[in-house]
Amino acid sequence: MELIQQLVNGISLGSIYALIALGYTMVYGIVRLINFAHGDVFMVGSFVGFYAVTMLGVGFFPALLLAMAACAVLGMVIERIAYKPLRNATRIAVLITAIGVSLLIEYVTIYLRGAQPEAYPSTLLPERNLELFGVVISGQSLFILGTSLVLMVLLQFIVHRTKIGKAMRAVSHDAEAARLMGINVDNTISATFAIGSALAGAAGVIFGIYYTKIEPLMGILPGLKAFVAAVLGGIGIIPGAMVGGLLLGVIESLVSGLGYSLWRDGVAFIILILILIFRPAGLFGKNVREKV
Amino acid sequence: MATWKRTRGFWVSVILAFAFFAVVEWLIASGTLNIFYVNTLFFMAINVILAVSLHLIIGITGQFSIGHAGFFAVGAYASAIMTMKLQLPFAVGLLAAGAAAMLAGLIIGVPSLRLKGDYLAIATLGFGEIVRIALLNIDYVGGASGMTVAHMTTWPWVFACLLVTIIVIANFTNSTHGRACISIREDEIAADAMGINTTYYKVAAFAIGSFFAGIAGALYAHHFYIIQPSNFGFLKSFDILIFVVLGGLGSLSGAVVAAILLTLVSTFLQNYPETRMIIYSLVLILVMLYRPTGLMGKKELTSLFKWRKAAQGGMNHGGKNTVA
Repeated sequence: MELIQQLVNGISLGSIYALIALGYTMVYGIVRLINFAHGDVFMVGSFVGFYAVTMLGVGFFPALLLAMAACAVLGMVIERIAYKPLRNATRIAVLITAIGVSLLIEYVTIYLRGAQPEAYPSTLLPERNLELFGVVISGQSLFILGTSLVLMVLLQFIVHRTKIGKAMRAVSHDAEAARLMGINVDNTISATFAIGSALAGAAGVIFGIYYTKIEPLMGILPGLKAFVAAVLGGIGIIPGAMVGGLLLGVIESLVSGLGYSLWRDGVAFIILILILIFRPAGLFGKNVREKV
Repeated sequence: MATWKRTRGFWVSVILAFAFFAVVEWLIASGTLNIFYVNTLFFMAINVILAVSLHLIIGITGQFSIGHAGFFAVGAYASAIMTMKLQLPFAVGLLAAGAAAMLAGLIIGVPSLRLKGDYLAIATLGFGEIVRIALLNIDYVGGASGMTVAHMTTWPWVFACLLVTIIVIANFTNSTHGRACISIREDEIAADAMGINTTYYKVAAFAIGSFFAGIAGALYAHHFYIIQPSNFGFLKSFDILIFVVLGGLGSLSGAVVAAILLTLVSTFLQNYPETRMIIYSLVLILVMLYRPTGLMGKKELTSLFKWRKAAQGGMNHGGKNTVA
């Protein structure tokens, strides 16, 4: 029973990682950039949700939508100002810019509101627990899981059934050819950043409810772990990010459950290195031979 | 005479360096430099060693490593264990730090250097975090509260380490091995096709780079009384990476200048704690937007002087129209 309990916890946590990882994977798939600022977009989403609930007094869903909208705009602004001028620069220059943007978001937040943590209101979701064969599943984790699943299905729909999704897939496959076929590459990249950041914003609100404590530097570690999740599934592959996130969450919960909770963060990175060594393209990726 | 002409620049620099050493030693001994300036100077030197050692890995060999703080941490703790737990002299601690970091470099380098570009970057980032988390969980070295270390770092030690680092890495760069490394940076597949043992050189550069990062760690540990795992997070790795990239990838003097400059900037910004990181990150973004090749590009300071160029082309390695 203990094991099933841990599995349920792991899946809830994993769905948060998966939501963040989707943003990493989409951006990487389209511009080959590790967007280090993504974890901080997640943090901003969490705070927008928090202020929406405490100051505007709205419920869970309006707060979620507000956070997603704010993060979508933030993601697009970051892309326009910081990444677009560097489209043709070296990879390392873009990466350093991303690190700079990440630090900027963190410390502007601290400047604006101080570094003290904030407690998320706990009355946002129904407190009722579900008991199934002796396993207690909190209403919260079901809610979290449900919201994440809906968002993921929505993303799959956007990517596979809409025009912008088709454009995104085309640009990710070959940006030059897509441009020749009349696809507006810049708009497509903007849309990718917007969607990815909106998912991170949603993850931020959910994370706040799950862990109840938020602070301006909270994006760093979940951001890195979500990145590990994206690599685990095969970076650039959307279903890979979902599976990678869920898998990472479950593994982490099991490690904590076995009593090694202090090593939990380390395990994520050990998995990362093992995956990179034995299957660098990730679980779902194919190895591409480099051409001369 | 021909030998003199070729090595003139080298000896002039060494003599200038020793003159600088003597002046600073005299200033410290006479008490003209107060503790604040001495601290800044030591911190600058440690950062220069770190920047130059990472420059060998990223700037020369083109291996994108962003876990350098991991080697720094290994060195710091290894030397602290040697001097504080085993009561050995500082010199032994220093060598142990280098050796331990080099070993760590080999352990991480051999398997992961098969990875390329971003993947290597992620793997090294993961390695840096693993080192930090491992140190947090080992009670022998104090866990999260860290270790207290006696103050043993003195100016002669700092200067000697700095000089050795720069001479070794500059000479390595200009040797056959260095050329092989540069060819790997320019095009790994072509270098491989030309018969260069790319894995060997990548691992060698990684090992040398991490050795000196370990030395820097030992100097750091014995200067700051206390070392904690939180000093060696990935933000520290980013700091070192920023020295190298801001100075100009592939430029040794660029890395040195950037390390000195940024240490100064962050020291003086410490009076404005709330805006310090904002200014720092804005500078970073603006430099990358308007000068993505870094401040110096691939040029060396010496190539700004005509007479050096006429002599031997200085240390101006790397072609003009290549992309790192």
